[in-house]
Amino acid sequence: MVSAETEIAYNSKIEGEVVVSRADAVINWIRTNSIWPMPMGLACCAIELMAVGNGRFDISRFGAEVMRFSPRQADCMIVSGTVTYKMASQLRRIYDQMMSPKWVIAMGACASSGGMYRSYATLQGVDRIVPVDVYISGCPPRPEAILDALIKLQAKIKTERSAKNLLKA
Amino acid sequence: MPASAATTALKEKFPQVTDRASADHDAVNVPVAEVVAVLKYLRDEFAFDLLMDLTAVDWAEGASPRFTVVYHLFSSANLGYVRVATDCVSNDEPTAPSVVDLWPAANWHERECYDLLGVKFTAHPDLRRILMWDGYPYHPLRKEFPLAGIEVPLPDFEVGAETGAAVLAAPMAGGPFVASPGEINLTEAEPRAKDESWSDRRPRPDQTGLKQFKG
Repeated sequence: MVSAETEIAYNSKIEGEVVVSRADAVINWIRTNSIWPMPMGLACCAIELMAVGNGRFDISRFGAEVMRFSPRQADCMIVSGTVTYKMASQLRRIYDQMMSPKWVIAMGACASSGGMYRSYATLQGVDRIVPVDVYISGCPPRPEAILDALIKLQAKIKTERSAKNLLKA
Repeated sequence: MPASAATTALKEKFPQVTDRASADHDAVNVPVAEVVAVLKYLRDEFAFDLLMDLTAVDWAEGASPRFTVVYHLFSSANLGYVRVATDCVSNDEPTAPSVVDLWPAANWHERECYDLLGVKFTAHPDLRRILMWDGYPYHPLRKEFPLAGIEVPLPDFEVGAETGAAVLAAPMAGGPFVASPGEINLTEAEPRAKDESWSDRRPRPDQTGLKQFKG
């Protein structure tokens, strides 16, 4: 028999006007579901990154659809593509312009390790100049892999001591 | 007028021009002092209006002449190609005259040629590096330059100081990664190391005495 009780949301009449939680949980909950990525599109991986924003894969299911091309409005840099030494300095400067807290996803073989570009001109892994939170394998990775990386990053954000870090700052 | 008529007329007008071995199009060797006059003659008299490519060859250290600048011309009126090659006089400081005045397309080609091979083009309006950054101390396509690269500071010294990163020699585990274009099996055709008998930790069997580049 189907219950007559259809209300599944928070009911203030029953539970009062107060929700008790930990500051870390609230802050991390907000941050987890409102990541604003900055597409650092440097090569063909950026095409897959565009695909993940489309309806078929739909990154907005995870609250990360607000791609910002200004580092000052973004908090997750997705390095998608081959990083040359000539570009590496600019990449680091763009990272420095992002507001804290900020995270970095190294997307694909080139960003993670230099990939097949074992040459004098290519940075052998973007983690040499910026701290990377999640690496994605693949050349290029499937859009699903980007979503997987995003979920992994969300899990990582949920474990952060955000309140303590805020007070320390 | 076919391209072969152009080279025949060219050799009559410029006696120092000689035929050059070629598998496809007509090709000539030209002394570097005459190359601008020859190219201008080809452009004006035989309608070679397009500079398709401008590059140089490094015949390796010790060879003389070491550097050869090569021009590929195409005539959109007669649909023919001709290749003009000229040996640089100096092996240490190779120079060639700029042809930017003849074809503006030569501008970036000459910059690339200067960047990667170190051929200086005299009278070029803006001879800067185009691929590597300003101040990079080497010319990477020269034969003595290792594919993995040579350690130098990052182009941006502030970033280099903050991150401690530098331009390092790339780890060449198993040699350069080469694709196999004729391979039907796409997994086998992917770029991969052809020689896996050595790695960064294990020196190449025939080069145990050579210094290894560390990644």
